[in-house]
Amino acid sequence: MSAGTADLLEARDLARSYTVRRGLLGRPTAVRAVDGISLRVARGETLGLVGESGCGKSTTARLVLGIEPPDTGSVIFDGNAMPPSGTAAWANLRRRMQMVYQDPLAALDRRLAVGVQIAEPLDIHRIGTAAEREERVAAVMAEVGLQPHHVARHPQSLSGGQRQRAVIARALVTNPDLLVCDEPISALDVSIQALVLNLLTDLQERLKMGMLFVSHDLRAVRQISQRVAVMYLGRIVEEGDPDAVLHDPAHPYTQALVSAIPHPGKTTNRVILQGDPPNPANRPTGCAFHPRCPVATATCRTETPELKPRRSDGRRVACHIAHGEAAAARAPALLETC
Amino acid sequence: MAFVEIQNLSVAFGRSPALRGINLAVERGEAVGLVGESGCGKSVTWLAALGLLPASATVRGSVLIDGTEILGAPKARLEPVRGGRIAMIFQDPAASLNPVHRIGRQIGEALGLHRGMTGQRAKAEVIRLLDQVGIPDAKNRINAYPHELSGGQNQRVMIAMALAGEPELLVADEPTTALDVTIQAQILDLLTTLRRDTGMALVLISHDLGVVSETCSRIAVMYAGRIVEEAPSAQIFTHPSHPYTRGLMGALPPLSGARRRLVAIPGSVPEAAHMPQGCAFAPRCNAATDRCAEVDPVPLPLTQDHSAACIHARPYRQAGHPSHHHAATTRERAMQ
Amino acid sequence: MLHYLLSRLLRAAVSIIMVVTFVFVVLRMSGDPAMVIMGADAPPEAIDAFRKSWGLDQPLWIQYFSFFEAVFSGELGRSMRDGRDAMAVVLERVPSTLALTMPAFLVNLIVGVPAGVYAALHRNSLIDRCVMVMAVTGFAVPSFILAMLLVLILSVNLGWLPSAGQDSWLNAILPIATMGFGGAALLARFTRSAMLEVLGQPYIRTASAKGLPWSAVVWRHALQNAAIPTITIIGFMLGGLVAGAVVVESVFSWPGVGRLLVISVANRDLAIVQAIVLMIAITMVAANMIVDVLYGLVDPRMHGQARPARR
Repeated sequence: MSAGTADLLEARDLARSYTVRRGLLGRPTAVRAVDGISLRVARGETLGLVGESGCGKSTTARLVLGIEPPDTGSVIFDGNAMPPSGTAAWANLRRRMQMVYQDPLAALDRRLAVGVQIAEPLDIHRIGTAAEREERVAAVMAEVGLQPHHVARHPQSLSGGQRQRAVIARALVTNPDLLVCDEPISALDVSIQALVLNLLTDLQERLKMGMLFVSHDLRAVRQISQRVAVMYLGRIVEEGDPDAVLHDPAHPYTQALVSAIPHPGKTTNRVILQGDPPNPANRPTGCAFHPRCPVATATCRTETPELKPRRSDGRRVACHIAHGEAAAARAPALLETC
Repeated sequence: MAFVEIQNLSVAFGRSPALRGINLAVERGEAVGLVGESGCGKSVTWLAALGLLPASATVRGSVLIDGTEILGAPKARLEPVRGGRIAMIFQDPAASLNPVHRIGRQIGEALGLHRGMTGQRAKAEVIRLLDQVGIPDAKNRINAYPHELSGGQNQRVMIAMALAGEPELLVADEPTTALDVTIQAQILDLLTTLRRDTGMALVLISHDLGVVSETCSRIAVMYAGRIVEEAPSAQIFTHPSHPYTRGLMGALPPLSGARRRLVAIPGSVPEAAHMPQGCAFAPRCNAATDRCAEVDPVPLPLTQDHSAACIHARPYRQAGHPSHHHAATTRERAMQ
Repeated sequence: MLHYLLSRLLRAAVSIIMVVTFVFVVLRMSGDPAMVIMGADAPPEAIDAFRKSWGLDQPLWIQYFSFFEAVFSGELGRSMRDGRDAMAVVLERVPSTLALTMPAFLVNLIVGVPAGVYAALHRNSLIDRCVMVMAVTGFAVPSFILAMLLVLILSVNLGWLPSAGQDSWLNAILPIATMGFGGAALLARFTRSAMLEVLGQPYIRTASAKGLPWSAVVWRHALQNAAIPTITIIGFMLGGLVAGAVVVESVFSWPGVGRLLVISVANRDLAIVQAIVLMIAITMVAANMIVDVLYGLVDPRMHGQARPARR
């Protein structure tokens, strides 16, 4: 972790609930999408945020960019508190933090040439003269591997990989310090995923940006991140070095997630979790994972575990059992053989 | 004779070919994986075989079930096969179930069609099937609508509906693509268990080599409407022989070891209306030679049960199979 | 389901209150009713007397509440022309209008829905094209032109049917045909596109893959789903049952609500116009209510209760 250098982005205790009301007379219920998340991203570092659908990872991405205001908690960007969204100061800051979306075809306007769309952030922030903007667009297109003649093409006449390059070019055109990627590869075919992952790795090395890489794909996260945080139902349950987390997951949820990765030639037995992730509107007591946890104890049902470093190796994990505060109900499934 | 024998199956939508001659056999009780990226024709193959494509599609070739032709067969011969001998489940389970009917009714419908069950007998069987696919509280769940269930549960319902006809083959078309990783693991585990318990054959269609390799014993890799490589799962990984297969593997980020740069496949899939001359993969292939742009490669045997449609693929000696003489001679004959 | 019905009922009540308010505001904003009705050159004493008798000299909020009171007790003033109770005048005409619009509505349903379904099932066939040409024609040709064409051909040239009046049931045929054709065309177009949309859904493919014969796929799986959007448009038609005949009644001199509206507007008979507008609004709201209830019956997703763990 980047203890010495100042963090580019720091989020403290972010929480965000949505009020859901069923019908005109329905009782409003609060759904806690994000429930107390703290994270840091240093310059030149990529933090991977992993979790399944509904775990709050995309909401977290919007919160750190200030696109949505948190209910509680704060975001500090480059040493200063994030100005409230919608203000001029925030709009001005947005050019230093950009976002890459999941579906490139949805993120691009079908009626506009990609060159125009890549230049858009420059137009919005009134950066440079027309000639300078054109030059910058050409430079950034070369950077992401688009040909100069692509500038006049419309999104639907580009391939999937080229489209995502255009989305990335648009995000990079203002020279941001922070790039937030929300599932940037999950809508793409495998061979194109590799292209985009390579491109993001190269760009980050060259441009020394901080990056928040949100994905459900642990493989992709390992490939690109220096640190990984695993989310479950609005909270981070484990955080650490990607290889350490992948090869020796401490939290039972991470263990299940890792063992669920389909792997060519894999023969080991996998942990199969029972049931579906619970509804955030109806969050279980204690550790939110305990109803699906193969090793949960009585403590797990009542007491909420805290995310803190494990004594043995300093891995940050939120689990009573991993911290030795409770004895596992049975042997961890990973160790079972059959 | 194999249970299903697909011979020289080709499909075109208007002037765009979607399948360009597929040969595939599925033995009884066997699990075959069909892998490829979007648009390669892996789903179209089975929709065409069962006559589920829109009338605008031109389908040619032959699909034999137990030696009986079903391609272009009259309804009376085709309908008992659909959902009876061959059942199919799809990618988006929530959209694949009728939103206005209770799940019990949808499963019961298949029971009535293929096993003549109605009333209380059908109801009891629906509950048993839901139980078998791991839906908790099946007795009450039969009255649920699809929107009241999660994606994983809906896929279980789809599987129960497929099992209702006691099929000899289940074709699962990207059954876990729309689901979360942990739910994917549940469904794959269920498919494996069911296959073991019922003895049915399985065709698993997926874009994910990892998914099929764990579930299937044999894998066929498809590219641009053709099968480009076919082998037992283990051999695909130890001896990937078509450059596209190698490309798919190289594109997958490794789970351990040093982080290497991913080997991406350059370019993109050719448009169906503009297939290149010779090998369809040649324009993207890093091993392509001039000859690749001229010769349209046919699948050639590399070992007894491994074949690849690449003129550069070479036979190899398989551990435990002392002789590959047969493969080599067949190959030489084919190349002339 | 009860919960669902209650919330729909509440919504209908709110809609009616808003409509009444709207009528109140619009009538007050369109000028001084006394001046409008009495004429600008009426003597000031007469205007004052009028204002007093209509309560127009009271503060606006009192007027607003007394207006509500009047509306809900059915006191919508008296006709300017003959001094009769406005509501009674309007209600008297309702059966006459329904005698046209109800049969026309039935024609819409009986012709429009099957034509749309058939066209969708035989997409791009000759019959589909014919249905679509008819539908576009019925949609594009205004009803008064169609009405006049029918009169020209069937009454004037051929002399088969009477062109105006209400002397016998024969008089109703041409107006019903006019409205029936227009509505059926609209419904056919709508049903066709709803049906095509449904036929492209994955669950239709599932039903076929299950081994169901095509007819069963259509009857059991496609129709009910296609009915969901189609009900909306049928609801609109239902809402127009009372008011939907303004043009046609005028062309055929049919003494219904629509013709009354046209005459009352021409005569500035404000009380009648107001009564008709309110009645139309209330039938529209009622029709919407019926649509919502039908929705609830046809589409289980609308029950809106107990949706567990859907992510």
